[in-house]
Amino acid sequence: MATATKTASPTRKLVEMNWDPITRIVGSLGIYTKIDFENKEVAECHSTSSIFRGYSIFMKGKDPRDAHFITSRICGICGDNHATCATYAQNMAFGVNPPPIAEWIVNLGEAAEYIFDHNIFQDNLVGVDFCEQMVKETNPGVWDKAQSTDAPNADKHGYKKISDIMTALNPFTGEFYREALQTSRYTREMFCLMEGKHVHPSTLYPGGVGTVPTVQLFTDYLVRLMRYCEFMKKVVPLHDDLFDFFYEALPGYEEVGRRRVLLGCWGSFNNPDICDYKYKNMTDWGRAMYVTPGVVVDDKLVTTDLVDINVNMRILLGSSYYETWENSEIFVKEDPLGNQIHRDHPWNQTTIPKPQKRDFDGKYTWVMSPRWYHEGEAGDKKHLALDTGGGAIARLWSTALAGLVDIGYVKATGRSVKIYLPKTMSKPEVEFEWKIPKWSNAIERDRARTYFQAYAAACALHFVEQALGELHAGRTKTWTDFKVPEEAIGCGFHEAVRGVLSHHVVIRDGKIANYHPYPPTPWNANPRDIYGTPGPYEDAVQNTPIFEENGPDKFKGIDIMRAVRSFDPCLPCGVHMYLGKGKVLEQRHSPMFGMY
Amino acid sequence: MGAETVPYGRVTQKAPPVSDVHIVWITAGLGCDGDSVAVTNATQPSIEDVLLGAIPGLPRVHLHNPVLAYENGDEFMEYWYRAERGELDPFVLVVEGSIPNEKIKSEGYWAALGTDKTTGQPITTNEWIDRLAPRALVVVAIGTCATYGGIHAIEGNPTGAMGLADYLGWDFKTPAGIPIVNVPGCPVHPDNFMETVLYLLYQASGLAPMIPLDGVGRPLWLLEVLCTKAATGPVITSRATLRLNMAPRSASSNSVVGDRWSTATYRSAAGPVVSAVVPTWEASVSGAPCRAFRTSSCRSWTNRRVASFPPPQSAFMARPLLRCVT
Repeated sequence: MATATKTASPTRKLVEMNWDPITRIVGSLGIYTKIDFENKEVAECHSTSSIFRGYSIFMKGKDPRDAHFITSRICGICGDNHATCATYAQNMAFGVNPPPIAEWIVNLGEAAEYIFDHNIFQDNLVGVDFCEQMVKETNPGVWDKAQSTDAPNADKHGYKKISDIMTALNPFTGEFYREALQTSRYTREMFCLMEGKHVHPSTLYPGGVGTVPTVQLFTDYLVRLMRYCEFMKKVVPLHDDLFDFFYEALPGYEEVGRRRVLLGCWGSFNNPDICDYKYKNMTDWGRAMYVTPGVVVDDKLVTTDLVDINVNMRILLGSSYYETWENSEIFVKEDPLGNQIHRDHPWNQTTIPKPQKRDFDGKYTWVMSPRWYHEGEAGDKKHLALDTGGGAIARLWSTALAGLVDIGYVKATGRSVKIYLPKTMSKPEVEFEWKIPKWSNAIERDRARTYFQAYAAACALHFVEQALGELHAGRTKTWTDFKVPEEAIGCGFHEAVRGVLSHHVVIRDGKIANYHPYPPTPWNANPRDIYGTPGPYEDAVQNTPIFEENGPDKFKGIDIMRAVRSFDPCLPCGVHMYLGKGKVLEQRHSPMFGMY
Repeated sequence: MGAETVPYGRVTQKAPPVSDVHIVWITAGLGCDGDSVAVTNATQPSIEDVLLGAIPGLPRVHLHNPVLAYENGDEFMEYWYRAERGELDPFVLVVEGSIPNEKIKSEGYWAALGTDKTTGQPITTNEWIDRLAPRALVVVAIGTCATYGGIHAIEGNPTGAMGLADYLGWDFKTPAGIPIVNVPGCPVHPDNFMETVLYLLYQASGLAPMIPLDGVGRPLWLLEVLCTKAATGPVITSRATLRLNMAPRSASSNSVVGDRWSTATYRSAAGPVVSAVVPTWEASVSGAPCRAFRTSSCRSWTNRRVASFPPPQSAFMARPLLRCVT
């Protein structure tokens, strides 16, 4: 461990600490922090990415029909979300509308992805931060309390004490850990029934799917789904008990990972009765989605309009390893409705990488800074640094406020979302209600993930019924033919498991002339933009209080880990977090960056 | 415990000559972590089977994979430094993701893991491979990216991505004399990978001979039988990740049986990696080897074969419903 004595600050003694890589996420993430141990607080933070893979560059000149096969490879846990989003963009560009049964099959596949992915992330990756071993090592006092605290929902999940839940979450040896891992396997089977192969699907295409719709297909899916519903009847109360306990055991824990409510959701699960993939109708079919798109600012829903969402997307630079594209070509001057499209919009972005030394006072990341332009109230920044909160919390919040979804199995009430799971093998019917929380913080992001697992399962029940309806009626054709136009533009909006996902394509001479995917993690993990606005991780980690009982010598940074993992980082392009300028008294773990 | 209470059959159990084997797994190539994620889906054997000692005759196995590790940051990286110092011997080095060419730019990095304590700059993935590969018991490339370059070796990628053997050299051998073991697939078939690891653990324990590999480094038994079904028509399979996703000899392919279009990356005879968009069913019926389904992995629900592709759009109940084709 290296230690360096530095200029003393008159007010704060900051200790620089880093964790690189952050494990138990997808992708390589590093965290560099400066911590004020006297005041038990994280002082400041930067965020940076360690890998560049060049998708938006090598997509140029490719056959647009390959877009989903190629972009799927962006992500190894939710690649199918990319594939799906790419087919949405192609559908628009090619002017093709898949038959309803194809849309139900895609919805079933994507529901299975949420079901599987949230499950493994929550209970095999995040869960370890709440397990016996971790809690003992970071907060022995909390472990003591957990051993004497009854779990209020013990009758529903079978664990008598909170400490029993924590023990069950121990990696590999924990009973619930292993049950969740096994659950992730049969739920991936559900996915593969619909999309052919996890994680890079083989049966998705523009215009439809290659999946053969049969009675057997939907039966095989449904029996696994019902097994999962039974599992969720245990998991929702289990996580409620665990998360509520943290608020109780550590008063003030709501401040961990907390940031202003600035949530984006681009909507998920198209409704084939309404959706025709035409841009001019996008407002209507966006609102017909089974997860309502929206932007939530301070608990107010400022839009549910996908056209509005699209037109106001901006990609800013400031701290990223790229050159500006101010001298590059403008591909799209206005959208098909006549709205002006900004130079900084993904349709017009040109990616010009410029590898360079990492300099936390200058450029320090491969991630750009996506922002959403919004003329809010006076004093509000116009380029909002929206986050996705790991996906689930934004989806539930937007859907709840919009109050549009009502399919029986799920109903948005305006302040909550009701989720109904019918009787399963050994458990009676259950209705869960996710209520809009008081905070956008680590615990509520995690809690929402559990509830969205149930939400996706409930939606899947509806989709199975709809798909079987098509099958029984003999409407089994799964695709619509199309021709690739010489010139076209398209956009797809979807929810990757961990949040907003968009794909923007420009086609010229039948080839891809420009292609820019915007997955959730760039929205969450981005650096300070040209206006100095920090990205959401930076924002959420800064000023996070420290509850860990260890001092600097044995410090694990568990509260920071929980804050960061609550966003469900998914960075096959990595992210490093780093505390910026601040007077450093001493430096531990490793001397960083040669800048002091 | 008295001698009389020791089960007679215990005589069949022998302690392995090596008590502990570490698996050091780099995911910091140009990849998507999809192979790590896929391996959580393995059941033959599962990760927990291997880590919790559920298979007889094996040494204790310690897995250091960033997606699953308990440790973070320096505590996690410590295994990398210990491996470099020879303190984890013997260890298996698993490399996931394509290998960028760090020499084609003047500064900065394409892919990195951890930070150099003297320069404050990230340590490139290539640097880690240079440090660890010559010390490993065996180096395993997992997935199509690490084996042959994969999607990132596509034309027009400024990173110059390539496969591990392109980087280390196709004649690379570890000090134990083992060549690079390639287990391709996009993502890898989890059981193919875990079975390969199992074989290598047996080999490390002196319970199996040198792993047999084909001309492009793939475990021979995974590929020795051609799937005859592919010759008559594509198979749409729903196996969690695909056993059929095997590359033709001397080529890497992201193609998947059942895809209508796909991008394949090939190593050309001249050496460089080139890519081409191919209609996948064409590739899959033109002799791309795929392994026959084994009984143990042929779950009735997993394999759906269609007579032609695209599948016929006949009326409800009129189509052939085939639960299992083997």
